[in-house]
Amino acid sequence: MIDTAPVVHDRVAYTTCYMCACRCGIKVHLQDGQIRYIEGNRDHPVNKGVLCAKGSAGIMTQNSPAKLKKPLLRVGERGQGEFKEIEWEEALALASDWLGQIRATDPKRLAFFTGRDQSQALTGWWATQFGTPNYAAHGGFCSVNMAAGGLYSIGGSFWEFGEPDWHRTRYFMLFGVAEDHDSNPIKLGLGHLKGRTGDDQAKFVSVNPVRTGYSAIADEWIGLAPGTDGLFVLALVHELLRNDKIDLDFLVRYTNAAWLIIDAPGSAEHGLFARDAEGAPLCCDHLVGHAVNALLPGVQPRLIGRVTLPEEVFGAGRQARPVFDLLAETYLDPAYAPENVALRIGISAETIRRIAAELAEAAFEQQIELPIEWTDWAGRRHDKVIGRPVSMHAMRGISAHSNGFQTCRAIHLLQMLLGSIDCPGGFRYKPPFPRPVPPPVKPAWRSAPDQPLPGPPLGFPEGPEDLLVDDAGKALRIDKAYSWEAPLAAHGLMHMVIHNAWAGDPYPIDTLFLYMANMAWNSAMNTTGTMRMLTDKDPETGAYRIPHIIYADAYYSETVAYADLVLPDTTYLERHDCISLLDRPICDAEGMADSIRQPVIELDRDVRPFQDVLLDLGARLKLPGMVKQDGTPLYPGGLKDYMVHHQRKPGIGMLAGWRGADGSQHGKGEPNPDQLQRYIENGCFWRAEIPESARYLRHANHDYFDWAISMGLMDRPEQIVLQLYSEPLQRFRLAAEGHGEGQPPESERERLLSYFDPLPIWYAPFGQNESEIEFPLHAITQRPMHMYHSWGSQNAWLRQIQSENKLYIHHATAARLGLKDGDWVWVESEHGGIKAPLQLMDGVNPDTVWTWNAIGKRAGAWNLKPEAGEAQRGFLLNHVISELLPPRPDGYRYANADPVTGQAAWYDLKVRLRKCEPGEERLTEPRFSPLQPPLPAPAETSRYGRFFRRKREKAGEGAQ
Amino acid sequence: MTSLPENPAPRRLGLVIDLDICVGCHACAVNCKEWNSGGHMAPLTDLNAYGDAPRGVWFNRIHTFEVEADGSVEAEEGVGGSCGRTVHFPKSCLHCETPDCVTVCPTGASYKRAEDGIVLVNEALCIGCKLCSWACPYGAREFDEDVGVMKKCTLCIDKIYNENLPEADRVPACVATCPTHARHFGDLADPQSDVSILVAERGGYDLMPELGYRPTNKYLPPRPRQGDAAMPALPMQPTSSQPAKIHPFLRWVDNLLSR
Repeated sequence: MIDTAPVVHDRVAYTTCYMCACRCGIKVHLQDGQIRYIEGNRDHPVNKGVLCAKGSAGIMTQNSPAKLKKPLLRVGERGQGEFKEIEWEEALALASDWLGQIRATDPKRLAFFTGRDQSQALTGWWATQFGTPNYAAHGGFCSVNMAAGGLYSIGGSFWEFGEPDWHRTRYFMLFGVAEDHDSNPIKLGLGHLKGRTGDDQAKFVSVNPVRTGYSAIADEWIGLAPGTDGLFVLALVHELLRNDKIDLDFLVRYTNAAWLIIDAPGSAEHGLFARDAEGAPLCCDHLVGHAVNALLPGVQPRLIGRVTLPEEVFGAGRQARPVFDLLAETYLDPAYAPENVALRIGISAETIRRIAAELAEAAFEQQIELPIEWTDWAGRRHDKVIGRPVSMHAMRGISAHSNGFQTCRAIHLLQMLLGSIDCPGGFRYKPPFPRPVPPPVKPAWRSAPDQPLPGPPLGFPEGPEDLLVDDAGKALRIDKAYSWEAPLAAHGLMHMVIHNAWAGDPYPIDTLFLYMANMAWNSAMNTTGTMRMLTDKDPETGAYRIPHIIYADAYYSETVAYADLVLPDTTYLERHDCISLLDRPICDAEGMADSIRQPVIELDRDVRPFQDVLLDLGARLKLPGMVKQDGTPLYPGGLKDYMVHHQRKPGIGMLAGWRGADGSQHGKGEPNPDQLQRYIENGCFWRAEIPESARYLRHANHDYFDWAISMGLMDRPEQIVLQLYSEPLQRFRLAAEGHGEGQPPESERERLLSYFDPLPIWYAPFGQNESEIEFPLHAITQRPMHMYHSWGSQNAWLRQIQSENKLYIHHATAARLGLKDGDWVWVESEHGGIKAPLQLMDGVNPDTVWTWNAIGKRAGAWNLKPEAGEAQRGFLLNHVISELLPPRPDGYRYANADPVTGQAAWYDLKVRLRKCEPGEERLTEPRFSPLQPPLPAPAETSRYGRFFRRKREKAGEGAQ
Repeated sequence: MTSLPENPAPRRLGLVIDLDICVGCHACAVNCKEWNSGGHMAPLTDLNAYGDAPRGVWFNRIHTFEVEADGSVEAEEGVGGSCGRTVHFPKSCLHCETPDCVTVCPTGASYKRAEDGIVLVNEALCIGCKLCSWACPYGAREFDEDVGVMKKCTLCIDKIYNENLPEADRVPACVATCPTHARHFGDLADPQSDVSILVAERGGYDLMPELGYRPTNKYLPPRPRQGDAAMPALPMQPTSSQPAKIHPFLRWVDNLLSR
């Protein structure tokens, strides 16, 4: 007899997944405290019941042999991995001793950087209270080009902060690799989009040098050369303008197309918006024929033609022209004509023209009209919403190039010209977006002993006056964020912290405090050099150049061996967490949402949730907001107290649901002591539906303003005018021309003039033109959908899907180079070489080689056996990517990054291939001495689940 | 020799897998592994779990390969873009109508259920001779070396009938979890079932029908692509009344649009 209805659980607990950044709702079935089954929560707004490979493998991450067990103190040399276990009290006393001395003398000597965490609402606030500006999460090497590109253009961004209208879009373009964020929503969306039939059909175009993952199911694959997406998009813009297939009505109503730009080359005002005495931008009204406030409802602005500005305000004869006039002239230039860019992009001119025509057809011939009444920003009622069903999505494929910021701006320009921002069928914001362009938060600096920072360390500069530089123009932050080298570094430059701290440039630090960032391996450029920097000593003093390193992580990653003090974290199933609107929320286009994690598994070892530890350290250091007046901890229960009781401003806390003393308020309200219970009762999430009239054109929708203000998402009911032309960028250019008080060093002027174009531009990724002959191939990574960064390899199930990686190359390219499937090659860049096995394929741009991200591991790391495939044949491209660009004539080396945002330019890599000699071992290079984790050896055989069967069978026997 | 049920099963439960939208994410394979690790055939043992070449029992595996249209790679000036396709192909037991894996079994361990057509292994009778895995042309059988018995997809027989679960959850794990909804479960003997209708509408096909095992599971082929690359460019008609010959700027000069 088969037992077709066995008991599945004795307890079910809902919580939030953390096997990647997607943050799906999960339902965990437990028997005797062990996980029987994890499934997607059907009611959850993110995943609606589905669960990906990573989430489904949570059991094996919970049972990972790499879980740390107790605080560790280094006893050998740094990097050797020799530790002794210590008690928490000793660990926390030591950490607070180091940190306390720093805070009392020079708080910026603490560099606090966090990795793939979901706790920035707490960590950023903690850094502020500590008083160090040297804080950021890992966005600087991940996403900042997309975040800044969006926030300086449309007040929202791609990544997981906006989404295509999957149900109504008729044409969806996906740019670059996008498989690792919003992963289940995108899969759900693609499945839905592709399943639409008859007149409702949609086309999915994937623009990516590699045809894997989502690209595999695209209706059309555009396998362009890496880093040329911006040129492709601007060629589409050229075609649409040439054929007058643009949404002028949208541009006039919702963008700065009509705003007048002062046209006075050489003057300090050139390229700035002409503004009236109150600071309002001006446009030239058709009827009155002169400049008027461009923000007034009902103006009928000219889009073409110069105008003379009023003499009494601007002086005699000062000329201005509308943004659109400059824009049209710029992009109608033959330089952007398809036939002139085709070769560079690697796509035929016919294809570019056809895609432009298809975009136009979808946007204008398939216009959507929804009978939804709404009120616009000026209070005018409308009885319908117009939709242009063309949508786009982009992520790290665009982000990870040194031209990524401008490329992202180019995509948003294309969207704006098509009138397809936050409309039915188009790209749609997720709350709390849209925000003002850019968001009105400036990076704080003033760092003084025993003082908090006057504001958050990260923000959005609007001009040179907001930079964090000294009088000589030198960077004030350790990562040189917000310096002239990376003015709009809204996420910091985590990839430069170790290098700069090691070099003492701009100054040395005392303690490097890292959380969950594998900086000694796959999160570093120049991995070998980074390991050297972490262990390097000053020959005169014999002291480490980076004096103290504290590392917090749940697992024995490669970075653990480089710490002096290891603070072991729990797994995601053992703790509380807060997926807050103050951090990176889980909202969707039609709802505002947040969620929590709760412990569903009992802790079986001496580890503590990192956020509890951080609050504990804060209390020991007596940081403002973390202790009561009598000096005792304000949040003795750790994060779960903080989540409920902390208020960022009156009524606004970490969680938006069930606020107010009785839990009746949402968005804003007093803390509710029973708030967590209400979350748990609701499956650990909260969601509020946006009223129908407030769901579209939210940058200009008064119904949305009213709702958003009531929920604490907006402060003022003001239109967010989308910025085709970015004035903050022009301010940096003017500074470079010598205008204004904040002046860049001479050496920076040319870079600013070249890359801070206020209209989106394209330039070849750095170093690529120069290396064309010697290093002819692009080298990039793609994200496997079953792995999240370095985490997957410790998972006994996920590593069976993949425990080693290959270097993929086009058949024709391989044939030309005399290479065949299975050959081992040296992959050489200007920076170094790695040895890798080759695999041939067709679905790749012929000038590109690629591999899967973060499969290669250092032997022994993650408590894998040293002979594991990950360490023997798995490899990282990181070893051949330098964190610095080649030296400029005076020897100085810039970060290998976007010059606007400082975003790490991982995908700019160029390489050549050299076939290994017949006698060379078929093992990857470089390989490093195996790490020896202070953990029990991993099991040979995993028989997980046998327990449940035995229990079942025993119960069956008992019943008979 | 083991006999198949004498009469065709009144119900033929099986899967319908849509190759048009499978992105190869492995969610189905891992969620299957997860459910079944504690399920009817538990455990799904993993050997050398943290060493070189780990290998375990999986009831469902995803294969990825490329299909190229002849010469298409060169069609775009020898550069990116092609008419080829990357295919992600999930494969598990197809619960055939007339499977040799059952009839070759010397002990009766391998059997096909009369009531719903599900092919199962009775572990108590299995001697681990592997004849069934040799007989299965689809490679769907999984030998658990640690236990010494053959294991395989049960179609989540301890889930689909499980009254301890809400009715909506009584589908195989691979179906419930699929993020693109590429997997469907139902009775393929019933022409009116959702899965049968899907198969009829989309031209669902049998894997290797020439072998004659009459698989229950069906695959849905990729749909014709939208706006195929071979389609000529749409002529773009300027919307403006101005003749296209004049300077493009001029057509925007007199637009009277109100903010």
